[in-house]
Amino acid sequence: MKNLFFLLAGVVFGLALTKGEAISWYRIQEMFRFESFHMFGIFMTAIPTGALGLFLLRKWRVKTWDGAEIEAPRKSFHPGIVIGSLIFGFGWALTGACPGPLYAQIGTGSVVTVVTLAAAIFGTWCFGKVQGQLPGGSHTS
Amino acid sequence: MDLLYKPWPWYVAGPIIGLMVPMLLWMGNKRLGISSSLRHVCAACFPGHIKLFQYNWKKEIWNLFFVGGLLIGGWIGGVWLANPEPVAIAAPTVQYLSIFHIVPGHSQMPENLFSWHSLLSLKGFLMMVVGGFLVGFGTRYAQGCTSGHGILGLSALQWPSLVATACFFLGGILFSNLILPYILAL
Repeated sequence: MKNLFFLLAGVVFGLALTKGEAISWYRIQEMFRFESFHMFGIFMTAIPTGALGLFLLRKWRVKTWDGAEIEAPRKSFHPGIVIGSLIFGFGWALTGACPGPLYAQIGTGSVVTVVTLAAAIFGTWCFGKVQGQLPGGSHTS
Repeated sequence: MDLLYKPWPWYVAGPIIGLMVPMLLWMGNKRLGISSSLRHVCAACFPGHIKLFQYNWKKEIWNLFFVGGLLIGGWIGGVWLANPEPVAIAAPTVQYLSIFHIVPGHSQMPENLFSWHSLLSLKGFLMMVVGGFLVGFGTRYAQGCTSGHGILGLSALQWPSLVATACFFLGGILFSNLILPYILAL
């Protein structure tokens, strides 16, 4: 039942990505060429909004819907963060999409993006296959 | 009525995207992240004997509902409330893309690049299949994508996410400016 609320949250996220044109291949090229403020504006308003939300959740000691304590997300560092992020950056420039927009693009009727999504799933699978041999790869669990 | 179909300015879309961070934590300690869904699909459909995919993916099913919502959101925004005008990118970008005969149309992606027909060409194969592979491989290696590191990680002031986001952009900027022009010219 609660999963329907996660679906609904996804609808809102997808709608904002689509109407904000963050799923547009054109916008991504424009961003990487520093020719418009649009995408940077999205990041520069999304991050402080998220940070403020987190701050208020903690300040008011808000509990989750199930009454649990909210756990602050933590990220640990390993060399894979640098190498993997660069690899993802190349893919982002090519496809004009990070994983979220891939789903939303399919929703907009670009059925061929199913192929890009399948390639991304295959890429994830291949990483799992070879992670032990990669620098920092074994940190990913 | 016109307003419904117009694209949203960055100062409307950005804050809504950012609100996903506290929203998901409040709903049930869920962390905004989309690249995890690719891993869950692997774990559910073809885990093999690969360590990365040996976990109970059913516990993470919320994430698959969330990305299912993204599909619907894309449909609402891109079909139902579709902007009738082509994406209004900056003039220098329009000029640059015109060199490669890419003209913004009604789709959010160039139809002559992202099509079934194009998939059979070297250019289309590189952009969709190789590009998609790099997205999936890189995000798992980096343990997150633009949402997990760029939005959630930075909102939570996690410095590894700052390194990740800087490297996403570094990779994208280098590739877009130095390599992509050769691929687009194919």
